[in-house]
Amino acid sequence: MIDTPVLERVLAEALRNGGDFAEVFAEDRSNSSAMLDDGRVEELSSGRERGAGIRVVTGDTTGFAHTADLSERGLLRAAEAASAVARSGGGSRSADVGQLSGSGVPGDRGDRPAPTTGTKADALELLQRADEAARGSGGAISQVQAGFGTSRRRVLIANSDGLLAGDEQSRTRFSVSCVALADTGMQTGYETAARTLGFELFNEVSVEELARTAAAQALAKLSARPAPSGELPVVLAGGSGGILFHEACGHGLEADHIVKDASVYTGKVGQLVASPLVTLVDDGTVGSEWGTFQVDDEGRPAQRNVLIEDGVLTDYLWDYLRARKEGRVSSGNGRRQSYRDLPMVRMTNTFLLPGKDDAEEIVAQTPRGVYVAKLGGGQVNTTTGDFVFGTTMAYLIEDGKITEPLRDANLIGNGPEILKRIDAVGTDFSMTPGTCGKDGQSVPVGCGQATMRLTGVTIGGTAE
Amino acid sequence: MSIATERTDGVTEDLLALAERVAGWADAGEEVEVYVARGTETEVRAYDGQVESLTSATSAGIGIRVVVDHRLGFAWAGSLDESVLGETLAEARDNARFVTADEHVQLAVPDGVEAVPVDLWDEGLASVPTARKVELALALEAQARTADPRIRQVDAADYGDVALESALVSTTGIRSSSRKTSGYLSVGVIAGEGEASQTGGGYSVGRGFDGLDPARACDDAVTRAVRLLGAIKGPSGRSTVVFDRRMATTLLSIVSSALSGEAVAKGRSFFAGRIGEQVGHPGLTLVDDPTDPRAYGAAAYDAEGLACRRNVLIDSGVLQGYLYDTVSGSRAGVASTGSAVRGGFAGTPGPGCRALTLAPGPEGYDEDGVLAAVGEGLFVQSMTGVHSGVNPISGDFSVGAEGLMIRDGKLAEPVREITVASTLQRMLLSLVAVGADVEWLPSVAAGQTLAIGDMQISGA
Repeated sequence: MIDTPVLERVLAEALRNGGDFAEVFAEDRSNSSAMLDDGRVEELSSGRERGAGIRVVTGDTTGFAHTADLSERGLLRAAEAASAVARSGGGSRSADVGQLSGSGVPGDRGDRPAPTTGTKADALELLQRADEAARGSGGAISQVQAGFGTSRRRVLIANSDGLLAGDEQSRTRFSVSCVALADTGMQTGYETAARTLGFELFNEVSVEELARTAAAQALAKLSARPAPSGELPVVLAGGSGGILFHEACGHGLEADHIVKDASVYTGKVGQLVASPLVTLVDDGTVGSEWGTFQVDDEGRPAQRNVLIEDGVLTDYLWDYLRARKEGRVSSGNGRRQSYRDLPMVRMTNTFLLPGKDDAEEIVAQTPRGVYVAKLGGGQVNTTTGDFVFGTTMAYLIEDGKITEPLRDANLIGNGPEILKRIDAVGTDFSMTPGTCGKDGQSVPVGCGQATMRLTGVTIGGTAE
Repeated sequence: MSIATERTDGVTEDLLALAERVAGWADAGEEVEVYVARGTETEVRAYDGQVESLTSATSAGIGIRVVVDHRLGFAWAGSLDESVLGETLAEARDNARFVTADEHVQLAVPDGVEAVPVDLWDEGLASVPTARKVELALALEAQARTADPRIRQVDAADYGDVALESALVSTTGIRSSSRKTSGYLSVGVIAGEGEASQTGGGYSVGRGFDGLDPARACDDAVTRAVRLLGAIKGPSGRSTVVFDRRMATTLLSIVSSALSGEAVAKGRSFFAGRIGEQVGHPGLTLVDDPTDPRAYGAAAYDAEGLACRRNVLIDSGVLQGYLYDTVSGSRAGVASTGSAVRGGFAGTPGPGCRALTLAPGPEGYDEDGVLAAVGEGLFVQSMTGVHSGVNPISGDFSVGAEGLMIRDGKLAEPVREITVASTLQRMLLSLVAVGADVEWLPSVAAGQTLAIGDMQISGA
């Protein structure tokens, strides 16, 4: 994307006025997406963007500028803008720019095959197949929307420590949302498959199955009764229940919140913060999961980080800046939405390791409660630990059996409290993709767990 | 009257010229719409007495829609380089070949409605030196840190500004341009007492640098954090809920998504088929009026280049109509209401609101007035899980909430870790009071204190 001697000159320019660290992050991304709605392929869209973000760190201050102009002139101008803070701060000391070593080309993919590309016609056929499968699921299905999206993102990172790294990330997603209509009103169902793959995603994923699952949710909820209001035991099915950990503690373990004392987990390393059944891992190297990559957006290889082991907090998640301050290395969690954004500490694939309980047995041993088959999303306040997560498919558990479907509701809890209320973890592990938003930036992440039970959670339904 | 003709510096003129040039490349038999945009932004984040980050950036891009035989293709690029313009048009043209033909798919044509000029450009912003922006962010952070002994941390104190210019030209006769500046201060604080911590956020927004008020942003953030200290899990039960102005904008913007003509046409709105029916309390009148220059979302032209106009959506509780762009209007057999919106050059237009307000309640109905009228209930100052717990299709509504109990018409003890639930349909009918305290917040809807009855609270 950019020649090495140019990168060296741009880094030198970035540090000309002083500074401890400079970095060039260049990105070339192409996206294409297609949407079927109301029985028609309504939109086919393609986009392309490329550019570079340059940062200069002086003490605790970061100067950042970005440009869509990848010529040497454009990059030098951005470097000058990014170094303005160092200049105004009177920074006199300049780090030397190390000789760039390493390779800006993506690393060896090991035994993983190169991502494939489908044609526009291939994508449209998938959409039509999903539409047919969803509509074939029941006469009450009144509307179907199916979406296909794929992106290819090449990144190149060079910094004044001499690092030169690159990655190429292909991501593909397919989603189906259905509306079912009856005299009880409208209900919705949604299912998505998303992986760090090209078109070969569809060797692993059946769009018909996705469509039927989405349709089944909407249909089941037509006869749903209002969710209960108040505290009840909750069994979370494997997969999307991982959102609980993402919200209840994942965000609170991001070092940027920790160093600002804006997390309930500050100062708790070595302490018991969860049920001993909890071993929580964040791992950017897992297969082709949605949060997987080879190097992060600061050029650091993805790695596996154990955050909580048998209930004891072992470590936080780190990016370059926060790690440098603590005299340690990044944990490979520096990510950004695009070249227009500064990197932040972000999760990758965050999951609870499976336990020893049988999933069906967990339900059978719950006399009364709520079974959450699918969670839709959540939100946390890292400072207080209070978080919510919303159900998109839930049922009542009565006498150890899954019975009536429930209308959508949010569940609310406090992270540190809820983690202690996990009393059973199953063996049926699975992962689910999601989009994580933080400070205005969205990045793809994975969440996962096995079926598990919480002894009590407040359910925000409307039934008294 | 076009905004561009009022301009003196000619900056947007070059974007118009560029859009015109690209639209001129249309082949016979195709309609082409070209949207080009260019922006500059500055953001300063202060932390602990220092600048944590300073971002300065410019960006530009193009989005092209091509319609051939009622088939629409779209492509965009994050650059206005000469080399990408033709490529983007070619890609949009190619995309059009694959989609399903649909008789309603078409570009907007001028409808004769005159645009109401709104001045959204602060000429002074461009000449404010970065050093003054840095000073303001540092002042904001310092002020927040020392505002109250219980403030333990100021985790973010930001100054930001944006200047955005855009032009839209089509082969169907559309030619419009707009430019807009905005500035903001935003601060997040953590208050602590013993083990307990609570957070609060505040901001001040304007069209530019002048008029931004750090004291206002700090007061807001500090008040919100400090008054929650000592919060306990609130009681369960049915209650009237008073939403503060900020929360009310969130509620209105959710309701507005069900008023989209596209959602209605595709059977994804609980308002579908209900025009002329009583969908809300008789005291509820909802209007979208982007021609009001005080509105944050004010605009002269919509995203298809038609004049923005005032649309009455609900009058005295009776549903009057929906918001349409050209395509969704055609589906419904009506004209566009000038309500196309788009999320920048990488998005295609669709119907949406820009400046919703409720007809205000009686004079004296500021926050205190509404609280006094309500007497007993729950006051909500923040909500979580709106994206996961509110479904604008089914109307199911369940959110996490923090706030204070209302006793004897006044704010009383703080509560947290509770949920507030109902359905949007029932909430519209259960309106208890609308504030007269209209405040234009950075949203598609105004802020007004709102009281809604008969909501289910889940807590202890």
